[in-house]
Amino acid sequence: MASSLLRHLTAPIIDNNPITLQILGICSALAVTTSLSTALTMSAALVTVLAGASTAISLIRRHLPSSIRLVVQITIIASLVIVADQVLRAFAFEMSQRLSIFVGLIVTNCVVLGRAEAFAMRNPVGPSLLDALGNGLGYSAVLLLIAAIREPLGSGSVFGVPVLPLASEGGWFQPLGFMLLAPSAFVLIGLLIWIIRTLRPEQVEVNDYPFQGTDGGARR
Amino acid sequence: MIDLFLRSIFQENLALTFFLGICTFLAVSKRVDTALGLGVAMIVVQAVTVPINHLIFQGLLIEGAWTWAGLPEVDLSFLKLISFIGVIAAIVQILEMVLDRYAPALHRSLGIFLPLITVNCAILGGSLFMVERRYTLPESLVYGVGSGVGWALAIVTFAAIRERLRHADAPEGLRGLGMAFLVTGLMSMGFAAFVGVSLP
Repeated sequence: MASSLLRHLTAPIIDNNPITLQILGICSALAVTTSLSTALTMSAALVTVLAGASTAISLIRRHLPSSIRLVVQITIIASLVIVADQVLRAFAFEMSQRLSIFVGLIVTNCVVLGRAEAFAMRNPVGPSLLDALGNGLGYSAVLLLIAAIREPLGSGSVFGVPVLPLASEGGWFQPLGFMLLAPSAFVLIGLLIWIIRTLRPEQVEVNDYPFQGTDGGARR
Repeated sequence: MIDLFLRSIFQENLALTFFLGICTFLAVSKRVDTALGLGVAMIVVQAVTVPINHLIFQGLLIEGAWTWAGLPEVDLSFLKLISFIGVIAAIVQILEMVLDRYAPALHRSLGIFLPLITVNCAILGGSLFMVERRYTLPESLVYGVGSGVGWALAIVTFAAIRERLRHADAPEGLRGLGMAFLVTGLMSMGFAAFVGVSLP
């Protein structure tokens, strides 16, 4: 029993990762990965909101008529996001300016609503909380991984601390400006999905139109 | 104004530069005609919600909005997230009913996309950008239409590419989602080339 509970926590990290497999919550994720510190703040905010929302929704799941459940879920999520946003503004104002609107966009982040709808509505509080934490961690892992590639290559620093001597300051490292632009995040996620699916072939999508030779026979 | 319009379509394309609405973008781009339907719905909703949210923010939420009621120091702007989401959901619902009543044909083709749009981050993102950049009312109308057009343009082009890609003989791990991301990256690079285009 304990191991199956733990499974809710660990499964979403690689095997059922919200970003690379479930295509959830990519929207607000990629824009904050140009530096590790913004990615870390964003992850912390998301994990908090996700855990809070799943717990709250799981607590009231028996009292919630299904016709208004979406409205109630959105309201709960939006209130939690407002709290997270205000806390960030109060204690880390500069960071909240750098995150711009993306903390607010956690409201429409499909991970939160998706887990609430798919899991917390049907399960008791304990597993819901673990599931939320697991999905939050899976999301954070992808975010931090992408940021850990983009920040050093794009600006030669880690958490804002320079690690690679920049060419403009007499060092040898020429920063890759491309890593700071939007396209690099898409390409990196694409490559990441490729790596994961090579390691876990069961995640490969079914080919709707298998390659056909000129003789009309399917090649595989 | 024209500058703002073009900028919101190309240089600051919501989908490809700010990653907004990417979930829907990847999920509903398997066929060109459905992508077109979603794109049109997006333009309409965006063109209506951004100006209305502007009015609500300026009239009710911003600091000093309640001066006429003798409450000059009330600042409700922290409520903007929850009220914007409410406004978007309500407008989508009203739009659906109006379309159902007066344009049933359009409703049949757009109907299934409208609920999807409520949880699309591009719509909420558009309204939040409008607040953050302090657009005026006409500007927010132009921005709403422009960003909607930009998003629609991106998803239709992407769907057209993806229809072809289905027949491609790709490496197994890359099939489907992986390739979709790489193509989005390439498209985003194309749109990045518009940076620096500005009207005198």
